[in-house]
Amino acid sequence: MSRLTRTPSVAPEIRRLTEPRPVRVALVGVVLLFLSAFLILPLVAVVASALSLGLKSYWTAIREPGAAAALRLTLLTAAIAVPANLVFGVCAAWALARFQFPGKGLITTCIDLPFATSPVVAGLAFVLIFGRNGLIGPWFLDHGVPVVFAVPGIVLATIFVSFPFVAREIAPVMEAAGAEEEEAACVLGARGWQIFFRVTLPNIKWGLIYGVILCNARVMGEFGAVSVVSGHIRGLTNTLPLHVEILYNDYRVQAAFAVASLLAALALVTLVLKMLVERRERQRAA
Amino acid sequence: MTRHSSNRRRVLPGFKVTLTFTIAGLVLVVLVPLATIPARAISAGPHALLLAMTDSRVISSFRVTLTTAFAAACVNAVAGPLVAWVLVRYRFPGRRVFDALIDLPFALPTAVAGITLAGLYGPNGWLGRPLAALGITVAFTPLGIVVALIFIGLPLVVRTLQPVIEDLDVEIEEAATSLGAPRTAVVRRVILPCLYPAWLTGFSLAFARAIGEYGSVVFIAGNIPMVSEIAPLMIVTKLQQYDYAGATVVAFVLMAMSFVLLLTINALQGWSARRLAG
Repeated sequence: MSRLTRTPSVAPEIRRLTEPRPVRVALVGVVLLFLSAFLILPLVAVVASALSLGLKSYWTAIREPGAAAALRLTLLTAAIAVPANLVFGVCAAWALARFQFPGKGLITTCIDLPFATSPVVAGLAFVLIFGRNGLIGPWFLDHGVPVVFAVPGIVLATIFVSFPFVAREIAPVMEAAGAEEEEAACVLGARGWQIFFRVTLPNIKWGLIYGVILCNARVMGEFGAVSVVSGHIRGLTNTLPLHVEILYNDYRVQAAFAVASLLAALALVTLVLKMLVERRERQRAA
Repeated sequence: MTRHSSNRRRVLPGFKVTLTFTIAGLVLVVLVPLATIPARAISAGPHALLLAMTDSRVISSFRVTLTTAFAAACVNAVAGPLVAWVLVRYRFPGRRVFDALIDLPFALPTAVAGITLAGLYGPNGWLGRPLAALGITVAFTPLGIVVALIFIGLPLVVRTLQPVIEDLDVEIEEAATSLGAPRTAVVRRVILPCLYPAWLTGFSLAFARAIGEYGSVVFIAGNIPMVSEIAPLMIVTKLQQYDYAGATVVAFVLMAMSFVLLLTINALQGWSARRLAG
Protein backbone atom coordinates (compact mmCIF):
# COMPACT_ATOMS: atom_id res chain seq x y z
CA MET A 1 0.00 0.00 0.00
CA SER A 2 1.54 3.25 -1.10
CA ARG A 3 1.43 6.38 1.03
CA LEU A 4 -0.36 8.22 -1.74
CA THR A 5 -3.42 6.00 -1.88
CA ARG A 6 -5.06 7.55 1.12
CA THR A 7 -8.55 6.44 1.95
CA PRO A 8 -10.95 8.71 3.83
CA SER A 9 -11.31 6.14 6.58
CA VAL A 10 -8.87 6.48 9.50
CA ALA A 11 -8.50 2.80 10.18
CA PRO A 12 -5.61 1.96 7.79
CA GLU A 13 -3.81 5.07 9.01
CA ILE A 14 -4.07 3.90 12.62
CA ARG A 15 -2.99 0.45 11.62
CA ARG A 16 0.15 1.85 10.07
CA LEU A 17 0.77 3.79 13.27
CA THR A 18 1.67 0.72 15.20
CA GLU A 19 4.47 -1.78 15.13
CA PRO A 20 4.42 -4.81 12.78
CA ARG A 21 2.45 -7.71 14.18
CA PRO A 22 5.45 -9.94 15.06
CA VAL A 23 6.99 -7.08 17.04
CA ARG A 24 3.70 -6.49 18.87
CA VAL A 25 3.31 -10.15 19.73
CA ALA A 26 6.92 -10.36 20.91
CA LEU A 27 6.62 -7.24 23.06
CA VAL A 28 3.35 -8.36 24.64
CA GLY A 29 4.91 -11.76 25.30
CA VAL A 30 8.01 -10.33 26.94
CA VAL A 31 6.02 -7.92 29.07
CA LEU A 32 3.50 -10.54 30.20
CA LEU A 33 6.32 -12.92 31.07
CA PHE A 34 8.08 -10.20 33.05
CA LEU A 35 4.90 -9.18 34.89
CA SER A 36 4.00 -12.80 35.60
CA ALA A 37 7.41 -13.50 37.09
CA PHE A 38 7.57 -10.31 39.11
CA LEU A 39 3.94 -9.76 40.15
CA ILE A 40 1.81 -12.89 39.76
CA LEU A 41 4.34 -15.50 40.86
CA PRO A 42 4.88 -13.81 44.28
CA LEU A 43 1.11 -13.77 44.87
CA VAL A 44 0.84 -17.46 44.01
CA ALA A 45 3.86 -18.19 46.21
CA VAL A 46 2.22 -16.52 49.23
CA VAL A 47 -0.86 -18.71 48.92
CA ALA A 48 1.14 -21.87 48.20
CA SER A 49 3.46 -21.33 51.16
CA ALA A 50 0.57 -20.47 53.46
CA LEU A 51 -1.19 -23.71 52.56
CA SER A 52 1.98 -25.83 52.39
CA LEU A 53 1.10 -27.65 55.63
CA GLY A 54 -2.58 -27.97 54.85
CA LEU A 55 -5.70 -25.99 55.66
CA LYS A 56 -5.68 -27.00 59.30
CA SER A 57 -2.31 -25.47 60.15
CA TYR A 58 -3.35 -22.44 58.10
CA TRP A 59 -6.34 -21.89 60.39
CA THR A 60 -4.24 -22.55 63.49
CA ALA A 61 -1.66 -19.94 62.43
CA ILE A 62 -4.30 -17.34 61.74
CA ARG A 63 -6.23 -17.93 64.95
CA GLU A 64 -3.40 -18.15 67.44
CA PRO A 65 -3.50 -15.43 70.13
CA GLY A 66 -0.42 -13.60 68.79
CA ALA A 67 -1.97 -13.23 65.36
CA ALA A 68 -5.32 -12.15 66.80
CA ALA A 69 -3.62 -9.50 68.96
CA ALA A 70 -1.64 -8.27 65.96
CA LEU A 71 -4.81 -8.07 63.89
CA ARG A 72 -6.56 -6.07 66.66
CA LEU A 73 -3.64 -3.62 66.86
CA THR A 74 -3.52 -3.23 63.08
CA LEU A 75 -7.26 -2.50 62.98
CA LEU A 76 -6.96 -0.05 65.89
CA THR A 77 -4.09 1.76 64.16
CA ALA A 78 -6.08 1.99 60.94
CA ALA A 79 -9.16 3.21 62.83
CA ILE A 80 -7.13 6.18 64.10
CA ALA A 81 -4.66 6.85 61.28
CA VAL A 82 -7.04 6.65 58.30
CA PRO A 83 -9.65 9.13 59.64
CA ALA A 84 -6.86 11.46 60.80
CA ASN A 85 -5.31 11.51 57.35
CA LEU A 86 -8.74 11.77 55.74
CA VAL A 87 -9.54 14.96 57.66
CA PHE A 88 -6.11 16.36 56.96
CA GLY A 89 -6.26 15.41 53.29
CA VAL A 90 -9.64 17.07 52.72
CA CYS A 91 -8.48 20.26 54.49
CA ALA A 92 -5.23 20.38 52.55
CA ALA A 93 -6.97 19.72 49.23
CA TRP A 94 -9.54 22.45 49.89
CA ALA A 95 -6.84 24.99 50.75
CA LEU A 96 -4.59 23.99 47.85
CA ALA A 97 -7.17 23.45 45.10
CA ARG A 98 -9.50 26.36 45.87
CA PHE A 99 -7.20 29.23 46.80
CA GLN A 100 -4.06 30.94 45.58
CA PHE A 101 -1.61 32.02 48.23
CA PRO A 102 2.13 32.56 48.57
CA GLY A 103 4.01 29.45 49.65
CA LYS A 104 1.56 27.04 48.04
CA GLY A 105 4.30 25.19 46.18
CA LEU A 106 6.26 24.83 49.38
CA ILE A 107 3.29 23.27 51.17
CA THR A 108 2.73 20.85 48.28
CA THR A 109 6.38 19.79 48.46
CA CYS A 110 6.21 19.43 52.24
CA ILE A 111 3.15 17.17 51.95
CA ASP A 112 5.25 14.88 49.73
CA LEU A 113 8.12 14.68 52.23
CA PRO A 114 6.91 11.45 53.89
CA PHE A 115 7.06 9.73 50.48
CA ALA A 116 10.68 10.81 50.08
CA THR A 117 11.65 9.73 53.58
CA SER A 118 12.86 6.23 54.37
CA PRO A 119 10.35 4.61 56.75
CA VAL A 120 13.25 3.74 59.04
CA VAL A 121 14.29 7.40 59.22
CA ALA A 122 10.68 8.32 60.07
CA GLY A 123 10.64 5.77 62.87
CA LEU A 124 13.94 7.06 64.20
CA ALA A 125 12.58 10.63 64.25
CA PHE A 126 9.77 9.57 66.58
CA VAL A 127 12.21 7.66 68.78
CA LEU A 128 14.36 10.80 69.02
CA ILE A 129 11.36 12.87 70.10
CA PHE A 130 9.41 10.47 72.30
CA GLY A 131 12.11 8.01 73.40
CA ARG A 132 13.49 7.68 76.93
CA ASN A 133 16.28 10.13 76.09
CA GLY A 134 14.17 12.10 73.62
CA LEU A 135 13.01 15.70 73.55
CA ILE A 136 9.66 15.24 75.26
CA GLY A 137 9.71 11.48 75.83
CA PRO A 138 10.61 11.72 79.55
CA TRP A 139 7.66 14.05 80.17
CA PHE A 140 5.24 11.53 78.64
CA LEU A 141 6.85 8.69 80.60
CA ASP A 142 6.50 10.67 83.84
CA HIS A 143 2.81 11.03 83.12
CA GLY A 144 2.42 7.31 82.55
CA VAL A 145 1.96 7.50 78.77
CA PRO A 146 4.81 5.71 77.02
CA VAL A 147 4.81 6.66 73.33
CA VAL A 148 7.77 4.80 71.88
CA PHE A 149 7.63 0.99 72.21
CA ALA A 150 3.89 1.45 72.73
CA VAL A 151 0.71 1.94 70.71
CA PRO A 152 0.80 5.79 70.47
CA GLY A 153 4.20 5.66 68.76
CA ILE A 154 2.93 3.07 66.28
CA VAL A 155 -0.08 5.24 65.45
CA LEU A 156 2.06 8.39 65.07
CA ALA A 157 4.63 6.72 62.83
CA THR A 158 1.82 5.25 60.73
CA ILE A 159 0.13 8.64 60.34
CA PHE A 160 3.47 10.05 59.21
CA VAL A 161 4.12 7.49 56.46
CA SER A 162 0.55 7.63 55.08
CA PHE A 163 0.20 11.40 55.46
CA PRO A 164 0.27 12.40 51.75
CA PHE A 165 -2.13 9.79 50.32
CA VAL A 166 -5.57 11.39 50.63
CA ALA A 167 -4.43 14.96 49.95
CA ARG A 168 -2.53 13.90 46.84
CA GLU A 169 -5.47 11.94 45.46
CA ILE A 170 -8.21 14.51 45.93
CA ALA A 171 -6.40 17.81 45.32
CA PRO A 172 -6.12 17.16 41.54
CA VAL A 173 -9.72 15.86 41.38
CA MET A 174 -10.95 18.99 43.14
CA GLU A 175 -8.92 21.17 40.84
CA ALA A 176 -10.26 19.38 37.77
CA ALA A 177 -13.86 19.77 38.98
CA GLY A 178 -13.42 23.53 39.15
CA ALA A 179 -14.88 25.93 41.67
CA GLU A 180 -17.81 27.23 39.61
CA GLU A 181 -20.47 25.00 41.17
CA GLU A 182 -19.27 25.79 44.67
CA GLU A 183 -19.23 29.49 43.93
CA ALA A 184 -22.76 29.25 42.59
CA ALA A 185 -23.86 27.46 45.78
CA CYS A 186 -22.15 30.12 47.83
CA VAL A 187 -23.80 32.97 45.97
CA LEU A 188 -27.15 31.23 46.41
CA GLY A 189 -26.62 31.34 50.14
CA ALA A 190 -25.26 27.92 51.05
CA ARG A 191 -23.02 27.83 54.08
CA GLY A 192 -19.58 26.22 54.25
CA TRP A 193 -20.58 22.70 55.29
CA GLN A 194 -23.57 22.71 52.96
CA ILE A 195 -21.30 23.56 50.03
CA PHE A 196 -18.90 20.84 51.03
CA PHE A 197 -21.40 18.05 51.55
CA ARG A 198 -23.82 18.87 48.74
CA VAL A 199 -21.47 20.14 46.01
CA THR A 200 -17.83 19.28 46.67
CA LEU A 201 -18.20 15.82 48.13
CA PRO A 202 -20.29 14.37 45.26
CA ASN A 203 -17.69 15.71 42.82
CA ILE A 204 -14.64 14.29 44.56
CA LYS A 205 -16.32 11.14 45.89
CA TRP A 206 -14.37 8.62 43.82
CA GLY A 207 -11.04 10.32 44.26
CA LEU A 208 -11.69 10.42 47.97
CA ILE A 209 -12.59 6.72 48.13
CA TYR A 210 -9.49 5.89 46.10
CA GLY A 211 -7.27 7.96 48.39
CA VAL A 212 -8.72 6.31 51.50
CA ILE A 213 -8.22 2.83 50.01
CA LEU A 214 -4.56 3.53 49.23
CA CYS A 215 -4.02 5.18 52.59
CA ASN A 216 -5.55 2.20 54.36
CA ALA A 217 -3.36 -0.27 52.47
CA ARG A 218 -0.25 1.64 53.47
CA VAL A 219 -1.44 2.05 57.07
CA MET A 220 -2.16 -1.65 57.57
CA GLY A 221 1.00 -2.74 55.77
CA GLU A 222 3.57 -0.32 57.15
CA PHE A 223 6.63 -2.15 58.34
CA GLY A 224 9.86 -0.11 58.54
CA ALA A 225 8.68 2.87 60.57
CA VAL A 226 6.51 0.77 62.86
CA SER A 227 9.31 -1.75 63.34
CA VAL A 228 11.59 0.98 64.71
CA VAL A 229 9.08 2.46 67.18
CA SER A 230 7.31 -0.72 68.26
CA GLY A 231 9.93 -2.51 70.37
CA HIS A 232 8.46 -5.82 69.16
CA ILE A 233 6.60 -6.66 72.34
CA ARG A 234 4.57 -9.76 71.54
CA GLY A 235 0.85 -9.43 72.04
CA LEU A 236 1.23 -5.72 72.84
CA THR A 237 2.98 -3.77 70.11
CA ASN A 238 2.95 -6.16 67.19
CA THR A 239 1.03 -5.21 64.10
CA LEU A 240 0.31 -7.83 61.44
CA PRO A 241 3.44 -7.07 59.36
CA LEU A 242 5.61 -7.23 62.49
CA HIS A 243 3.96 -10.50 63.48
CA VAL A 244 4.86 -11.87 60.04
CA GLU A 245 8.48 -10.90 60.64
CA ILE A 246 8.60 -12.52 64.08
CA LEU A 247 7.14 -15.79 62.83
CA TYR A 248 9.52 -15.79 59.87
CA ASN A 249 12.56 -15.18 62.06
CA ASP A 250 11.36 -17.97 64.38
CA TYR A 251 11.56 -20.31 61.37
CA ARG A 252 7.77 -20.73 61.44
CA VAL A 253 7.69 -20.02 57.73
CA GLN A 254 4.26 -21.52 56.99
CA ALA A 255 2.66 -19.56 59.84
CA ALA A 256 4.38 -16.40 58.64
CA PHE A 257 2.95 -16.90 55.15
CA ALA A 258 -0.49 -17.71 56.57
CA VAL A 259 -0.59 -14.31 58.30
CA ALA A 260 1.04 -12.72 55.24
CA SER A 261 -1.77 -14.14 53.09
CA LEU A 262 -4.24 -11.99 55.06
CA LEU A 263 -2.20 -8.91 54.11
CA ALA A 264 -1.89 -10.09 50.52
CA ALA A 265 -5.68 -10.49 50.42
CA LEU A 266 -5.97 -6.92 51.69
CA ALA A 267 -3.67 -5.81 48.86
CA LEU A 268 -5.81 -7.66 46.29
CA VAL A 269 -9.01 -6.15 47.68
CA THR A 270 -7.31 -2.75 47.39
CA LEU A 271 -6.46 -3.38 43.75
CA VAL A 272 -9.97 -4.61 42.91
CA LEU A 273 -11.56 -1.59 44.60
CA LYS A 274 -9.18 0.64 42.68
CA MET A 275 -10.23 -1.02 39.41
CA LEU A 276 -13.91 -0.48 40.28
CA VAL A 277 -13.31 3.17 41.18
CA GLU A 278 -11.45 3.74 37.92
CA ARG A 279 -14.22 2.08 35.93
CA ARG A 280 -16.76 4.38 37.61
CA GLU A 281 -14.63 7.38 36.72
CA ARG A 282 -14.36 6.27 33.09
CA GLN A 283 -18.12 5.79 32.91
CA ARG A 284 -18.69 9.20 34.43
CA ALA A 285 -16.26 10.78 31.99
CA ALA A 286 -17.91 9.05 29.02
CA MET B 1 -8.94 29.62 36.20
CA THR B 2 -6.24 30.88 38.51
CA ARG B 3 -6.40 34.46 37.35
CA HIS B 4 -9.54 35.30 39.33
CA SER B 5 -8.07 33.95 42.50
CA SER B 6 -8.34 37.18 44.46
CA ASN B 7 -12.11 37.14 43.90
CA ARG B 8 -12.41 33.49 44.76
CA ARG B 9 -10.75 33.94 48.10
CA ARG B 10 -13.55 36.25 49.04
CA VAL B 11 -16.30 34.03 47.60
CA LEU B 12 -15.60 30.55 48.99
CA PRO B 13 -15.38 30.07 52.75
CA GLY B 14 -12.91 28.04 54.76
CA PHE B 15 -9.58 29.34 53.50
CA LYS B 16 -8.14 30.33 56.86
CA VAL B 17 -9.45 27.29 58.73
CA THR B 18 -8.27 24.70 56.22
CA LEU B 19 -4.91 26.36 55.63
CA THR B 20 -4.25 26.70 59.36
CA PHE B 21 -5.19 23.08 59.91
CA THR B 22 -3.03 21.95 57.00
CA ILE B 23 0.02 23.87 58.18
CA ALA B 24 -0.48 22.76 61.79
CA GLY B 25 -0.74 19.11 60.72
CA LEU B 26 2.31 19.41 58.50
CA VAL B 27 4.41 21.06 61.18
CA LEU B 28 3.40 18.68 63.97
CA VAL B 29 3.35 15.38 62.12
CA VAL B 30 5.95 15.88 59.38
CA LEU B 31 8.26 18.86 59.78
CA VAL B 32 9.09 18.74 63.50
CA PRO B 33 9.87 14.99 63.46
CA LEU B 34 11.98 15.35 60.33
CA ALA B 35 13.79 18.40 61.72
CA THR B 36 14.91 16.47 64.79
CA ILE B 37 17.15 14.28 62.62
CA PRO B 38 19.50 17.04 61.34
CA ALA B 39 19.21 18.85 64.68
CA ARG B 40 20.33 15.80 66.64
CA ALA B 41 22.98 14.89 64.05
CA ILE B 42 24.51 18.37 64.26
CA SER B 43 24.25 18.60 68.05
CA ALA B 44 26.12 15.28 68.26
CA GLY B 45 29.13 17.29 67.14
CA PRO B 46 31.55 17.02 64.22
CA HIS B 47 33.51 14.31 66.01
CA ALA B 48 30.53 11.94 66.16
CA LEU B 49 29.60 12.79 62.57
CA LEU B 50 33.10 11.99 61.37
CA LEU B 51 33.32 8.87 63.50
CA ALA B 52 30.06 7.47 62.12
CA MET B 53 30.79 8.37 58.52
CA THR B 54 34.30 6.90 58.50
CA ASP B 55 33.11 3.58 59.93
CA SER B 56 33.87 1.10 57.18
CA ARG B 57 30.63 -0.80 57.79
CA VAL B 58 28.58 2.39 57.38
CA ILE B 59 30.47 3.37 54.24
CA SER B 60 29.95 -0.05 52.71
CA SER B 61 26.24 0.03 53.61
CA PHE B 62 25.88 3.27 51.66
CA ARG B 63 27.83 1.77 48.77
CA VAL B 64 25.50 -1.26 48.74
CA THR B 65 22.40 0.94 48.98
CA LEU B 66 23.44 3.28 46.18
CA THR B 67 24.69 0.63 43.77
CA THR B 68 21.71 -1.72 44.20
CA ALA B 69 19.24 1.18 44.03
CA PHE B 70 20.90 2.43 40.85
CA ALA B 71 20.96 -1.03 39.26
CA ALA B 72 17.29 -1.62 40.08
CA ALA B 73 16.31 1.81 38.77
CA CYS B 74 18.20 1.07 35.54
CA VAL B 75 16.36 -2.23 35.06
CA ASN B 76 13.05 -0.46 35.70
CA ALA B 77 14.06 2.31 33.30
CA VAL B 78 14.16 -0.34 30.56
CA ALA B 79 11.28 -2.56 31.68
CA GLY B 80 9.00 0.33 32.73
CA PRO B 81 8.61 1.99 29.32
CA LEU B 82 8.06 -1.39 27.65
CA VAL B 83 5.34 -2.33 30.13
CA ALA B 84 3.71 1.09 29.89
CA TRP B 85 3.82 1.03 26.07
CA VAL B 86 2.31 -2.44 25.82
CA LEU B 87 -0.43 -1.63 28.35
CA VAL B 88 -1.41 1.65 26.67
CA ARG B 89 -1.01 0.89 22.97
CA TYR B 90 -1.77 -2.79 22.52
CA ARG B 91 -4.99 -4.71 23.08
CA PHE B 92 -4.79 -8.24 24.43
CA PRO B 93 -6.91 -10.39 26.75
CA GLY B 94 -6.30 -9.66 30.43
CA ARG B 95 -4.90 -6.20 29.76
CA ARG B 96 -6.98 -4.54 32.49
CA VAL B 97 -6.03 -7.17 35.05
CA PHE B 98 -2.34 -6.75 34.31
CA ASP B 99 -2.78 -3.00 34.40
CA ALA B 100 -4.35 -3.22 37.85
CA LEU B 101 -1.63 -5.60 39.03
CA ILE B 102 1.05 -2.99 38.31
CA ASP B 103 0.06 -1.35 41.60
CA LEU B 104 0.57 -4.57 43.56
CA PRO B 105 3.96 -3.47 44.95
CA PHE B 106 2.24 -0.33 46.32
CA ALA B 107 -0.55 -2.31 47.92
CA LEU B 108 1.38 -5.33 49.17
CA PRO B 109 2.98 -4.70 52.57
CA THR B 110 6.76 -4.58 52.17
CA ALA B 111 7.31 -7.31 54.77
CA VAL B 112 5.07 -9.67 52.78
CA ALA B 113 6.94 -8.83 49.59
CA GLY B 114 10.19 -9.41 51.47
CA ILE B 115 9.48 -12.90 52.77
CA THR B 116 7.82 -13.90 49.49
CA LEU B 117 10.77 -12.85 47.35
CA ALA B 118 13.16 -14.48 49.82
CA GLY B 119 11.16 -17.71 49.46
CA LEU B 120 10.92 -17.52 45.66
CA TYR B 121 14.61 -16.82 45.12
CA GLY B 122 15.87 -18.86 48.08
CA PRO B 123 17.94 -22.02 47.49
CA ASN B 124 14.77 -24.13 47.45
CA GLY B 125 12.52 -21.55 45.85
CA TRP B 126 10.62 -21.87 42.56
CA LEU B 127 13.01 -19.43 40.90
CA GLY B 128 16.02 -19.84 43.20
CA ARG B 129 16.56 -23.52 42.42
CA PRO B 130 16.68 -23.23 38.60
CA LEU B 131 18.81 -20.10 38.87
CA ALA B 132 21.19 -21.89 41.23
CA ALA B 133 21.53 -24.65 38.63
CA LEU B 134 22.70 -21.93 36.24
CA GLY B 135 25.20 -20.78 38.84
CA ILE B 136 23.29 -17.63 39.82
CA THR B 137 22.68 -17.04 43.52
CA VAL B 138 20.07 -14.37 44.13
CA ALA B 139 18.94 -14.68 47.74
CA PHE B 140 21.27 -13.36 50.45
CA THR B 141 23.46 -11.50 47.93
CA PRO B 142 23.36 -7.93 46.57
CA LEU B 143 21.55 -9.37 43.53
CA GLY B 144 18.66 -10.27 45.86
CA ILE B 145 18.50 -6.64 46.99
CA VAL B 146 18.30 -5.56 43.34
CA VAL B 147 15.42 -8.00 42.69
CA ALA B 148 13.45 -6.63 45.67
CA LEU B 149 14.10 -3.04 44.57
CA ILE B 150 12.98 -3.79 40.99
CA PHE B 151 9.70 -5.09 42.45
CA ILE B 152 9.27 -1.96 44.58
CA GLY B 153 10.21 0.53 41.85
CA LEU B 154 8.38 -0.88 38.82
CA PRO B 155 4.99 0.80 39.42
CA LEU B 156 6.67 4.18 39.90
CA VAL B 157 8.20 4.09 36.42
CA VAL B 158 5.14 2.58 34.70
CA ARG B 159 2.64 4.93 36.35
CA THR B 160 4.75 7.98 35.49
CA LEU B 161 5.02 7.00 31.82
CA GLN B 162 1.48 5.71 31.20
CA PRO B 163 -0.35 9.06 31.19
CA VAL B 164 2.32 10.60 28.97
CA ILE B 165 2.02 7.78 26.42
CA GLU B 166 -1.78 8.10 26.55
CA ASP B 167 -1.54 11.82 25.84
CA LEU B 168 0.96 11.47 22.98
CA ASP B 169 -0.25 13.40 19.99
CA VAL B 170 -1.08 10.76 17.39
CA GLU B 171 -1.10 13.42 14.68
CA ILE B 172 2.65 13.94 14.99
CA GLU B 173 3.16 10.21 14.51
CA GLU B 174 0.80 10.32 11.54
CA ALA B 175 2.72 13.22 10.07
CA ALA B 176 6.05 11.47 10.46
CA THR B 177 4.63 8.26 9.01
CA SER B 178 2.98 9.97 6.06
CA LEU B 179 6.23 11.79 5.33
CA GLY B 180 7.77 8.36 4.88
CA ALA B 181 9.54 7.75 8.15
CA PRO B 182 9.81 4.05 8.96
CA ARG B 183 8.29 2.96 12.26
CA THR B 184 11.69 2.61 13.95
CA ALA B 185 12.53 6.21 13.10
CA VAL B 186 9.13 7.38 14.38
CA VAL B 187 9.72 5.59 17.67
CA ARG B 188 13.27 6.84 18.04
CA ARG B 189 12.87 10.41 16.77
CA VAL B 190 9.27 11.26 17.63
CA ILE B 191 7.99 9.11 20.48
CA LEU B 192 11.06 8.64 22.70
CA PRO B 193 11.95 12.37 22.87
CA CYS B 194 8.41 13.05 24.14
CA LEU B 195 8.93 10.49 26.89
CA TYR B 196 12.32 11.69 28.17
CA PRO B 197 11.10 13.96 31.02
CA ALA B 198 8.65 11.37 32.38
CA TRP B 199 11.23 8.66 31.87
CA LEU B 200 13.81 10.54 33.94
CA THR B 201 11.19 11.35 36.57
CA GLY B 202 10.22 7.70 36.84
CA PHE B 203 13.86 6.69 37.10
CA SER B 204 14.48 9.22 39.88
CA LEU B 205 11.33 8.19 41.74
CA ALA B 206 12.33 4.53 41.61
CA PHE B 207 15.89 5.39 42.66
CA ALA B 208 14.71 7.57 45.57
CA ARG B 209 12.26 4.93 46.76
CA ALA B 210 14.94 2.24 46.53
CA ILE B 211 17.42 4.19 48.64
CA GLY B 212 15.08 4.26 51.61
CA GLU B 213 13.47 0.86 51.16
CA TYR B 214 13.71 -1.47 54.13
CA GLY B 215 10.96 -4.07 54.55
CA SER B 216 11.14 -5.81 51.20
CA VAL B 217 14.95 -5.88 51.26
CA VAL B 218 15.97 -7.13 54.69
CA PHE B 219 14.55 -10.62 54.22
CA ILE B 220 16.20 -11.38 50.89
CA ALA B 221 19.45 -9.47 51.49
CA GLY B 222 20.98 -11.81 54.05
CA ASN B 223 22.35 -8.66 55.71
CA ILE B 224 26.00 -9.72 55.61
CA PRO B 225 28.12 -6.82 56.92
CA MET B 226 30.24 -5.18 54.19
CA VAL B 227 28.47 -7.23 51.49
CA SER B 228 24.69 -7.00 51.56
CA GLU B 229 23.89 -4.68 54.45
CA ILE B 230 21.85 -1.62 53.37
CA ALA B 231 21.99 1.85 54.95
CA PRO B 232 18.44 1.77 56.42
CA LEU B 233 19.36 -1.48 58.15
CA MET B 234 22.45 0.24 59.63
CA ILE B 235 20.07 2.66 61.34
CA VAL B 236 18.10 -0.21 62.85
CA THR B 237 21.28 -2.03 63.89
CA LYS B 238 22.75 1.04 65.56
CA LEU B 239 19.45 1.68 67.37
CA GLN B 240 19.47 -1.86 68.71
CA GLN B 241 22.97 -1.18 70.07
CA TYR B 242 21.65 2.05 71.69
CA ASP B 243 24.01 4.04 69.45
CA TYR B 244 21.51 6.88 68.93
CA ALA B 245 24.15 9.33 67.65
CA GLY B 246 25.40 6.86 65.04
CA ALA B 247 21.87 5.98 63.91
CA THR B 248 21.00 9.67 63.63
CA VAL B 249 24.05 10.45 61.51
CA VAL B 250 23.30 7.63 59.07
CA ALA B 251 19.67 8.76 58.93
CA PHE B 252 20.79 12.34 58.30
CA VAL B 253 22.90 11.35 55.29
CA LEU B 254 20.13 9.11 53.94
CA MET B 255 17.61 11.92 54.36
CA ALA B 256 19.88 14.42 52.61
CA MET B 257 20.15 12.06 49.61
CA SER B 258 16.38 11.60 49.44
CA PHE B 259 15.72 15.32 49.56
CA VAL B 260 18.24 16.11 46.84
CA LEU B 261 16.41 13.51 44.73
CA LEU B 262 13.01 14.99 45.64
CA LEU B 263 14.19 18.42 44.46
CA THR B 264 15.51 16.85 41.25
CA ILE B 265 12.16 15.15 40.67
CA ASN B 266 10.26 18.39 41.25
CA ALA B 267 12.52 20.17 38.76
CA LEU B 268 12.02 17.35 36.25
CA GLN B 269 8.26 17.51 36.63
CA GLY B 270 8.36 21.26 36.05
CA TRP B 271 10.36 20.62 32.88
CA SER B 272 7.92 17.90 31.85
CA ALA B 273 4.91 20.16 32.39
CA ARG B 274 6.53 22.93 30.35
CA ARG B 275 7.35 20.52 27.52
CA LEU B 276 3.79 19.21 27.43
CA ALA B 277 2.40 22.73 27.47
CA GLY B 278 4.78 23.92 24.76
